[in-house]
Order: sequence, then structure tokens, then C-alpha cells
Amino acid sequence: MTAETLYDKLWRRHVVHLADDGTALLYIDRHLVHEVTSPQAFDGLRESARKPWRASSVLAVPDHNIPTAENSAEDPVSQLQVAALAKNCSAFGITEFGMDDPRQGIVHVIGPEYGATLPGMTIVCGDSHTSTHGAFGALAFGIGTSEVEHVLATQCLLQRKSKNMRVTFSGALPPGVGAKDAVLALIGKIGAAGGNGCAVEFAGAAVAAMSMEARMTVCNMAIEAGARAGMIAVDQVTLDYIKGRDYAPAGEMWERAQADWRELHSDAGAAFDNEVEFDVSQLAPQVTWGTSPEMVAGIDAAVPDPAAERDPARRENMERALRYMDLQPGTPIREIKPDSVFIGSCTNSRLEDLRAAASVVKGKKVAKSIKQALVVPGSGLVKRQAEEEGLHRVFREAGFEWRNPGCSMCLAMNADRLAPGERCASTSNRNFEGRQGRGGRTHLVSPAVAAAAAIAGRFADVREF
Amino acid sequence: MDAFTTLSGLVAPLDRANVDTDAIIPKQYLKSLKRTGFGAVLFDEWRYLDQGDLTSDHAKRRANPDFVLNDARYAGAKILLARRNFGCGSSREHAAWALRDYGFRCVIAPSFADIFFNNCMKNGMLPVALDDARVDALFAAVESQPGYALSVDLPSQKITAPDSEEIPFEIEAAQKHRLLNGLDDIALTLEHADLIRQYEDRRKKEAPWLFGRVA
Ligand code: SF4
Repeated sequence: MTAETLYDKLWRRHVVHLADDGTALLYIDRHLVHEVTSPQAFDGLRESARKPWRASSVLAVPDHNIPTAENSAEDPVSQLQVAALAKNCSAFGITEFGMDDPRQGIVHVIGPEYGATLPGMTIVCGDSHTSTHGAFGALAFGIGTSEVEHVLATQCLLQRKSKNMRVTFSGALPPGVGAKDAVLALIGKIGAAGGNGCAVEFAGAAVAAMSMEARMTVCNMAIEAGARAGMIAVDQVTLDYIKGRDYAPAGEMWERAQADWRELHSDAGAAFDNEVEFDVSQLAPQVTWGTSPEMVAGIDAAVPDPAAERDPARRENMERALRYMDLQPGTPIREIKPDSVFIGSCTNSRLEDLRAAASVVKGKKVAKSIKQALVVPGSGLVKRQAEEEGLHRVFREAGFEWRNPGCSMCLAMNADRLAPGERCASTSNRNFEGRQGRGGRTHLVSPAVAAAAAIAGRFADVREF
Repeated sequence: MDAFTTLSGLVAPLDRANVDTDAIIPKQYLKSLKRTGFGAVLFDEWRYLDQGDLTSDHAKRRANPDFVLNDARYAGAKILLARRNFGCGSSREHAAWALRDYGFRCVIAPSFADIFFNNCMKNGMLPVALDDARVDALFAAVESQPGYALSVDLPSQKITAPDSEEIPFEIEAAQKHRLLNGLDDIALTLEHADLIRQYEDRRKKEAPWLFGRVA
């Protein structure tokens, strides 16, 4: 048999039918649903008198626009959407971790936590950061609402195969530098469209050394490089993470499953359409300075000068970004002063992220110039575990707010948002204009850098803490 | 889904790369339970000087005179011209719905983000990818010639410029077929229901753990 990539294998296992022109009907094993991109899909089912093909494959959770502050009332419009999800799930026999369920959390955090995300699966969700689940050797990608309806009704999607791309992170990450820094630096190198049309496998020594949490951070950001999906081969780290989770196979079934999952890697000699090699051993903590994740620099660098950019379209983009961000070329990144700090989102709200931030914050105080510092755990489980370790006290004593799980200030659909002109050190994944609130200015960073910025009142090198 | 065959219309130029879905339609409008009515808030934060939400009367908001779509010259445009990586960011189909509701049926750019591209196709809109040089030339023409319009012909995969120049474009055969005929994807897929069931039966034996119920 010819050597296959991980993506080739996942693809092959799921083709139900291949049309002459290369369009495949791809079977979907797991469908994750949240309140914002699903109401119109459920309405579509009703209008055409269709039923879910396999309701037991669907797991739903409200996360995008729920409140995260204790005892805060939800705005009535959001409430309608959350209520619609609950109603749709009960009408169609779909399992929902509802608002009052201790398992509720960000859809991409809870899937893996409960073993709803398994290696070898195809996983979709009406959310672009579904790529997160690829960390488990799964083919996971975001879809639009029409496709949500299509998967609900048929358990399949019409797809064309993407190109194979491999990113090899070689070397070992230096202390204080993590998965978020590696993936931001990668996007800086290949660009926000660098992965267009590709399914990207992340490999190399640095990835092999990463925990599942860190791998999820990397795959989460694959979409910010324009990739269709991000994925990582199954290894012992993967298996150890999954074993014993609620929906993971057990007993004899576990043995069978893990034997199967051990095949989920690219064969030696498998061909990639595009290969990128990236040595992370000298990498510094990263901070974005613009309005696309590709606009990123090391903590010791300065805001670049558009005048030095030769391509006129790029130059204009940089100038526009700097105007929006209110930054001058040549300003050292360390002199940029955030007004707010947000630690959360499906990129960086897992236990390991909170531990990394807490270890920087411990025994220190948030700078007086910081107006708001939020820690929003990714799920009910993360929150409980963090509290068992006393992390909530570390954060609170330093002056952070300790919130309930949800997407929160990652996209600011709820009350957590920036005021116009406010600058934020954020562990989320998008620094687009207005992403965290109209006129808000976002700098994407790792949890450790966000924590250091909160304490120092400016971007600071976490390695000096 | 509505069919798309031919389209003639005014072209509006949006001269920015990496136009993301947050810019196409900001999050507050995603709270709607409907697919319609998003045209008034397309490019909301660029188009208006004040903040709006689902309950605003958009006709009463302050328009940003510097934003291209507020230029009377482009009123009624049906074709949007943009730069590389158009529609990057989230999966929100509201971005396609908003463009469509505003009146755009075709977007021309050097490249598109994957999910956005699919979302257009599902809504009777045609995304056309042309090479950078071609897009540069179109920007120059649109900006220098008021009333610049193009004719898009999907059956022959050609765009015709006012000077009769013909610009060919690529589209996958299956997508073209579905768009031309306005086919309901779900109904088409369900014609393969037997194949889907056969697949499931086989996989249940090979990998039963994939079929466990979440509860
Ligand atoms: S945390 Fe942010 S990126 Fe992740 S699912 Fe929620 S809104 Fe999307």
C-alpha cells in the first residue's frame, strides 16, 4: 500500500461515496452544536419535516453569549437564543449540557474533556475553531449553518479533499515559551492565508513533547493560518489523556480502539503538498501588534515600520492596522500598556493555561493601570479543578476576577467587552477590528504573557518573572 | 436554494486584504434567530459611526461618509470586489446572508477563506477567485470609471467587462451544477441514504466505539 498521511487515512475512513468529479460524501462521527449557529439549522429541519439522522452523535452546549459574572442577568436577546437551543435539543432528542449543568463550558473544551472527541473521528461544529479537536488525531473542522443542517439531516457533508501540509516544529521550546507562542510565530511566518486549502498536520519534537492541552492550543489556531483543519498524530500522550473519560471506550473496547488509533499517524515517506520546518528553540514569547494574527512580533522586538514594507498592499494594511491599534512604528513591544487582560477562550482556558498564568501572578498584584483583569475558565470541570488547586484564590488575591465558563471576551457577545479604544492583552485567537468590542484593540498572547502584562501594566517578558 | 445563472451589475471595490467575518457582520447581530434582515448591518463597524445592535433602527444611525458602500456611486452594486483571503475568521453564515441581503450575488477576490466560500455557495452566491494582477486591474478600472459594471455568466464561466473583454474563471463542476440549478443539497445527499446506512453498518462492526451515545 502507498504511504499515507494522517489526513489521507482519516479521509479514506470516512468516504461514503465519491462522485466522478472528486466530490466526496464524508461521514461525520461527532457533531457539536452551540446556540449561535444552530437555530436556523433546526428551523430548516422543521420546515422540511426532516429529523436528525443520528441524534446520539450530537452534543450541544450554550457557550458563546452566556453571562460569566456571578448572578449576572442575561440580556433578553441572548436568553432567547439559549432557550432556543434547549428547546431544539429536547424536541430533537439531542443531549445538551445546559446552562445549569456542571459540565457546561466552551464547546471545544468540553468535547475532549468528556471523551466526546476521540481519535479517528470526523468532528464538525458550526464554529471555525473546531480545528482544536484535531489534536486527538481526528479530522475536525468548522462549518456554516447550512452545513449544520446538512449534517443533522444526513450525518454527512459534501467535501473535496484538501491538500496535505505538514508543519514540523523542531527543537525544544525554551522555558517560558509555549504552544501559543509557537503557533503565533508560525502564522507570522506563513501568513493568515498560509494554510488556505490545506489540512495541516503539526509534527516534530516540540509537538511530541507537548501535553494535550498545548496540542489543542496549536490546532485551535490552525484556522488563523487559513487551514481547513489542523491535526496531530496519536501517541501515548493522546491515549493517556482519553483513557477513563466519560464517553471513551472502556474494557475490551478500549483495547480494540487503542490498537486502531495507533495507526493514526503519517506513514514514513508519505507525500505532502507543502512542508514547513520551524525551529522553535530560539523562540521568544510572542505578542501581536496588528489586526490579523499574522501581525506578530517577539517580546523584545518593536512595532514594525510599514515604510520598510515593499509590497504596497501589505504596507497599506500595516498602516491601517497601526492606526486602528494606535501604535507608532518602532515602539518597543514592552512599552505597550494594556488596559485590560483576558485569560480565557477555547485557545487558552484549560487547567494547564490557568496554572501557567497563576504561577506568574502568585503573590503579586495586578497593576493599578489595569481596568479589568478577567480569568474565565473554559468549562465547569476546569473551574472545579482549578478551585481544588486554589488557583482562584491566587487570581483573586492578585486582583483578577474569577468567572464562570463561557466564550466571554473572546468575542464579546455577552457583557464582557472592551470599550472603544481600550487595549487588551488577550489569550484568545483573533485580534480582528472590533472582535472584543467595537473599537477595542486586541493583542494576542500566551496565558503567561497575559499574566505578566497584568502585573507589570505593560507587556513584559515572562521569563523575567 | 436560489439558482445562480447570470448576473449583470455595478461593482463596488473594497480595497482591503483579510476582510474577516467579524468585519462583515459583528457579533451582536448573531443573536438573531433568523437568516434574513442582515443587509442593513453588513460591514456595520465600517459603515456606521455609532454602535448598533439588533434593536437599532439602522436608518437613523450615522453613516460613515468615508466608507465605500456609503458612496452614492456604488449604490445598488451587485458585485463586490475585494482582496486576498476574503471572509477569513469565523464560520458564521451570517456573513454570506448579510452580503446577499444587501444585494451582492457575486464576490470577486484573489482568494477566499474555505468556510466562507462554502457558505456563499449554499446561499446562491458566486465567489470568483481571479489572480492578483487581474484583481488589480479591476480595482483600477472600477475606481477610474464611474458606473463600472460587469456581466457574470456562470454557464460559460466568463465575466465580461464594459470594453467587451472576457475574463474566464474556474469553478468545480459539482458546485457549478448545484448553483445553476439551485439544488437542495440535503435532498441530493438523501438520495444516497442507502449508501450511508451501508457505511454505518460496516463501521459499527469495525469501530463500534464511534457510535456510543453521548448522554
Ligand atoms: S472561545 Fe472564542 S473562538 Fe472559541 S468558540 Fe468561543 S467565541 Fe469561538
